[in-house]
Amino acid sequence: MGKVYIGCGAGFSGDRFDAAVPVVETLATCEGDRFLIFEVLAERTLAIAQRLRLNDPDAGYSPYLDHYIAPILQAAKQHKIRIVSNLGAANPVGAAKRIHAIAEELGVEDLKIAVVLGDDLLQVYSADAIRELPTMEGISLGDQEIIAANVYLGARAIADALALDVDIVLVGRTTDAALTLGPLIHVHNWAADDWDRLAQGTIAGHLLECGGQVTGAYFADPGFKDVPNLAEVGFPIAEIDADGGLVIGKAAQTGGLVSRATVTEQILYEMHDPANYLTPDVTLDVTGVRLQDIGPDRVRLTGARGKPPPATLKVTVSVDGGWLGEGEITYAGPNALARAELAASVIRRRSQILGIQEPLRVDIIGAGAVHDNDMSAKRRHKVLAGDGEYRVRAALRSMDQKTAQQISDEVQSLYCSGPAAGAGVRQYVSRQIRTASVLIDPENVLPHVRVERVMP
Amino acid sequence: MTMIEVPLHAVAHGRAGDKGNRCNISVIAYNPDLYPLLLAQATAARVLKIFSFRGASDVRRYALPHLGALNFVIDDVLEGGVNGSLNLDGHGKALSFLLLAELTVRVPRAELPEGSPYLL
Repeated sequence: MGKVYIGCGAGFSGDRFDAAVPVVETLATCEGDRFLIFEVLAERTLAIAQRLRLNDPDAGYSPYLDHYIAPILQAAKQHKIRIVSNLGAANPVGAAKRIHAIAEELGVEDLKIAVVLGDDLLQVYSADAIRELPTMEGISLGDQEIIAANVYLGARAIADALALDVDIVLVGRTTDAALTLGPLIHVHNWAADDWDRLAQGTIAGHLLECGGQVTGAYFADPGFKDVPNLAEVGFPIAEIDADGGLVIGKAAQTGGLVSRATVTEQILYEMHDPANYLTPDVTLDVTGVRLQDIGPDRVRLTGARGKPPPATLKVTVSVDGGWLGEGEITYAGPNALARAELAASVIRRRSQILGIQEPLRVDIIGAGAVHDNDMSAKRRHKVLAGDGEYRVRAALRSMDQKTAQQISDEVQSLYCSGPAAGAGVRQYVSRQIRTASVLIDPENVLPHVRVERVMP
Repeated sequence: MTMIEVPLHAVAHGRAGDKGNRCNISVIAYNPDLYPLLLAQATAARVLKIFSFRGASDVRRYALPHLGALNFVIDDVLEGGVNGSLNLDGHGKALSFLLLAELTVRVPRAELPEGSPYLL
């Protein structure tokens, strides 16, 4: 059996829209089965998609679908590069129909698409039943409306969908690594208990799923970790043989870097116990992983080990998180820090006068905001330059949109009613979603999972 | 051998990721030979002390000798995480560089590359 080549075209919802183009050009030159994945579904992205679908039954797939698919659809079909993606979000069938429409606009003929359905727990459980499940975070879901509850499906369903002999597989919620492992199971026919090969396929997926994060993006630190041509960073392509042999590379003639350092950072990204990374397909152990530089921008990974997966499946439950209100204003030049401190104290006092009860955070950006805590403990112990540029930022969360808007407006009012020369106000008031995780018995969900073709 | 005390950033790199109110930060030695030294000095207790001002309640450290890396898992450090944090960086993405700045290690002076700002 030959090699499988899997490239990644997006690592999050909003990732660079043209990154997949060089990936497809490179895949077109590879001998073997070729796949392109797009991973665009964060926990909150799905809840937002679910809300869109409630308003419009045809909506609810990724709002960026056209941006990712249109530039590469023709070339992918022509070179038999199959696409596997969670662009389906809350409506994989809707996404498939939209891609058929794009295909017609572009003159791409005979496009075959399948979807994986059954990740939506609200189709199986009542909202009340979901609210009663204990959350892993130990928080209560209360009596709030459940916006979305989706099960992390594994790679088997994607392999089943590929078996329908299609060009594209669209899913809603699966593990990110399943987008890669599914094609590998389909081509290499790995058994459900072939733990070590499944582990190699899962680590391949873990490395691909964040796009450029394994090829020098989210990595560059000038003078310490230099990365060539970050503006055209090449997205990753993994080569995986039937034994699980894995090489990570990237699209040809692009910027970026694949090295042991870039790969090591991404192996441990969002990983807790490295001997027990839980997925529905396999429990991955990376403690024996070794990396070898085998050429320019090519790293071989060996030694991932697998164990049986946990007995439960993880579900992300999303509920209304109210509103986040923010406002920012800048002070620059002589004595800017003192003017910023004064602005911060004015905002705090105004919030008292207005009777706002919600916790308020006021940062001074330039004085260590993101590294500080809610009380600015670090700033108060620092010796900072009095002159310079400092940006005051106020933020609070409220279930009441008006309160969120109020604090943002208080920052705006500092233009004329605050310290001297306040400048560059920006206001943000955004709707929030709160998520929690629950565990369920696969027997309650897997019988509802199905794959089907979607016709134009 | 002349030893020098430097922030981790002089000899190691890392990346932070979030899951709920928990953050993990990898620490990877540029030179794998320095790994034993990081293992000896970059302890979970020191990391907990650095993050306690943000409410961190526990730190577990996992060792990956083949990768020359340590993985720190820090509980309750994200002030609620993306669900509830008022921090501009609710994910704690920038916390890797807080650790690299505040955790110091004693290393042979010769380990620092020529022209390193940490030699000044």
